[in-house]
Amino acid sequence: MTRSVRTTRTKAAAALAAAAITALTFAGCSAGAAPAAEAPAGSPADLDAALEEGGDLTYWTWTPSGEAQADAFMEEYPNVTVDVVNAGTATDEYTKLQNAIKAGSGAPDVAQIEYYALQQFVLSDSLLDLSGYGLGDLEDQYTPSTWSAVTADDAVYGLPQDSGPMVLLYNKEIFDEHDLEVPATWDDYVAAGEKLHAADPEKYITTDAGDPGFAQPLIWQAGGRPYQTDGTNVTVDLQDEGTKLWADTWNQLLEPGLLADIPTWSDDWWKALSDGTVATIVTGAWMPGILEGSVPDGAGKWRVAPLPSYDGSATTAENGGSAQSVIKQSKNPALAAAFLRWLNSSEESVDVFLDNGGFPATTAHLTSPEFLAEEPEYFGGQKINEVLVDASENVAPGWQYLPFQVYANSVFPDTVGAAYTDKSDLNAGLQAWQEQVVTYGSSQGFSVNE
Amino acid sequence: MSTGLRTINVKARTGTARTGGARRPFSVTRPRKSVAMTLLMVLFLVYALVPIIWLVVNATKTQGDLFSTFGLSFGHSFALWDNVVATLTHDDGIFLRWLGNTLLYVVVGAGGATFLATLAGYGLAKFRFPGRGAYFAVVLGAVAVPGTALAVPTFLLFSQIGLTNTPWSIIIPSLISPFGLYLIWVYTIDSVPTELLEAARLDGAGEMRTFFTISIRLLAPGIVTVALFSVVATWNNYFLPLIMLTDPDWYPLTVGLNQWSAQAAGVAAEPIFNLVVTGSLITIVPIVVIFLLLQRFWQSGLSAGSVKQ
Repeated sequence: MTRSVRTTRTKAAAALAAAAITALTFAGCSAGAAPAAEAPAGSPADLDAALEEGGDLTYWTWTPSGEAQADAFMEEYPNVTVDVVNAGTATDEYTKLQNAIKAGSGAPDVAQIEYYALQQFVLSDSLLDLSGYGLGDLEDQYTPSTWSAVTADDAVYGLPQDSGPMVLLYNKEIFDEHDLEVPATWDDYVAAGEKLHAADPEKYITTDAGDPGFAQPLIWQAGGRPYQTDGTNVTVDLQDEGTKLWADTWNQLLEPGLLADIPTWSDDWWKALSDGTVATIVTGAWMPGILEGSVPDGAGKWRVAPLPSYDGSATTAENGGSAQSVIKQSKNPALAAAFLRWLNSSEESVDVFLDNGGFPATTAHLTSPEFLAEEPEYFGGQKINEVLVDASENVAPGWQYLPFQVYANSVFPDTVGAAYTDKSDLNAGLQAWQEQVVTYGSSQGFSVNE
Repeated sequence: MSTGLRTINVKARTGTARTGGARRPFSVTRPRKSVAMTLLMVLFLVYALVPIIWLVVNATKTQGDLFSTFGLSFGHSFALWDNVVATLTHDDGIFLRWLGNTLLYVVVGAGGATFLATLAGYGLAKFRFPGRGAYFAVVLGAVAVPGTALAVPTFLLFSQIGLTNTPWSIIIPSLISPFGLYLIWVYTIDSVPTELLEAARLDGAGEMRTFFTISIRLLAPGIVTVALFSVVATWNNYFLPLIMLTDPDWYPLTVGLNQWSAQAAGVAAEPIFNLVVTGSLITIVPIVVIFLLLQRFWQSGLSAGSVKQ
C-alpha cells in the first residue's frame, strides 16, 4: 500500500518534471550569456512612485497567510489591487510557472519559489534582478543563509519569506515511556532508535521513505557540499566526505529497518504523527507551527531539541523555506518590487505571517524578546523559539543547490529511493543519482564535472 | 422491435429443447447456475463497493478520527454534517465555485459534444458525399488516440492564441467526441430507416425539419447514451484542466480537490483530508444519480449494432 502510493507520486512528479524540462532545455543552452551581462533596471525612487500611482498585480503563493497579507497591503496602499492566486503547491506551481514563462504570457508579477528551486528560475532568466531598486540594501534584515539563497554575486532575485533551520522534534511521552535520552549526537540517535524499536516493534525513531528535501539538508549538516555551480560549470560529487558521512550514519538506521517506511506528508505520515508511531521528526523550524495547527492529538506531547550532531557542535542546516520573486514577464516591475519589499520586510506583513504559524527569516523578529519568550502550551510551555532561533544562528555556510534541482529531486525516488526500498547501502543509491544528474545536466548544455 | 424478435427466438429454442428430453433446458432468460461465477461476481462487487463504503464512512469523521481510527469503521464522532458545511464554506466557498465550473464544463462541453456528435454521426450515416470515407477513417483513428496524449500539444496551441487559463480551454477540447460520433453513426444505421426519410422528403419536409422532428426522436436512446459518456468524461476530466488552468477560480472539482490534497505537504502544510474526503463524496453523488436514472439507455446504447436484424 505504502509503496504503491509512493510509486504513483514518483510518476506524477516525473510527469510534472517532464513538462518543466521542455522549458529548461532552452534555458540551459543560453545560460552563459543571458543574466549577468545586463545592468539591473530601475531606481529606489521608482518603488514609492509606483505605490503612489497604483495598478494591478497578480501574486502566486500557497502560503496560508498570503491572502491576509495582500489584504493588509491593499488597505495601506488603496491604489494597488493584488490578486492572490494559489496556483498549486511547490512543484505544481513551478510547472505552471515554467509553462507560462515558456508560453510568453500568463505568469504572475510576483511568485513564491522555494530556495532550492530559485536557481533554476534565475538560470532560465525568468526573475528580475531587484538590486536596481535598492532591495540589496535590505541584506542586514535577513539571516545570512536565507540571504545567500536569494542572491548571486550582486544580483538580488527575491526576498526571503521564511527559513527552516533544522531541529529535532521529539514526542516526550514516548521518550519517557521507553526511558530514552534526548540524543545529542547521531550515534545517540541511532542507539535510541535501536532501543525503541527493540522495546516496541510497532514504534520507530522516525519516518523516512526517501525524500530529497530531507536528505540534502542532512548532507549539508554533515559537511557535504555535493553541488558547486559557476555559471554553466557544474560540479556534482555525491560521494564527498560529508555526503558519505551522512549516508554511513543513516545506513545504520535504514538497513536494520529502524526507519518507518512512510512517505513524508502522506496521510499515513500525518496519522503516524498523531498516534505515536514515530518518536521524533527531523525537520525545519517551521514544523512546530504545522504540528500545533494540524495534529491536535499531539498537544502537550511534543518538545523541540537541537538537531543531533556528528561531533557535539551546534552546526545545523536549512530545510525548506521560500522566497518571493518578481517575474520578468511583469508589466509593472516597479510596483511588483514595491509590493515584494512590503511583503517580506515590513513589520505589518511579517506579523500577519507569524500569526499564521510561520517561521521568519528576518533577524529583527528572530531576536525580539517577545518572540523568544513565547511558551506555547502545545509544547508543554517550552520556550521553543529559543531552540529554533539558536538553530538559525548555527546554519553551516557554503551550501549551493543545482541549477536544475527540481529535476534532480524528481529522480531521487528512482535512484536513492531504490536503496530505501531494498533497505540497502545509501551510497550505491547516491551514485546512481549522481549518474542521472550528470547525464541530465550535460544534456542541458552544462559542462558537468564529477 | 428488437426485444420482440429476441423473445420469439428464445421461445423457439426452449421449444426444441423441451421435445429433446426430460432435463430442464437452460436459456438466456433462465441461465444455468454456477457457483464459481457467482463467487467471481461477489468478488467484483466487493472490489467495486469497498472504496465507496470507505468514502462514505470516512466522510463522517473529523480529521483527528481519520488519523486515529480504522478506515472501514466509524470514528468516535459523527461529523458528516460538519464536514459538508466546512467543505462548502472553506476558503470562501471555493468548492461551490468549482462545482459551478464543473457544471458549466459539463453542460456546455458535454452538451455541445453530444449535439455535434449527433449531427455528424447522422450526416455520415445517411448522406453520400465526396471524402466521406476519408473523413470516417480519420474519426475512427481519432477514437484510438487518448485525450491525455493530446493535452500537451493542445496546451501549446492554446497558449499561442491566448486561450489558456480561460474556460474555453476546457470547453473547446471537450466538444469533440469521436467515440460519440461513431456510436451515433452505428445507431442511425440501425434505427433510422432510409425509407422513412424518403417518405418525409416526398411529403416536402426539408432535411433540417426531417432531422429535428423525425430522426432525432428515433435517435433518442443513442443520444442519451452519448450524452452519458460525455457527461461522465467531462465530469471526471482531470489532466487537461490541470495543465490549462492556473487560476483556481476556474478549476473543476477534480483539480480543486487535488489542490486541497496537495496542501498537506511542505513548509506551509495545512492538511484538510476530512474536506478532501467529504468533497470527493459530494463530487460523485451527482454522477451516480445521473447514471442510475439513465442506465437503461446506457445498456441499450452499448449493445447497439451488436445483433444483426
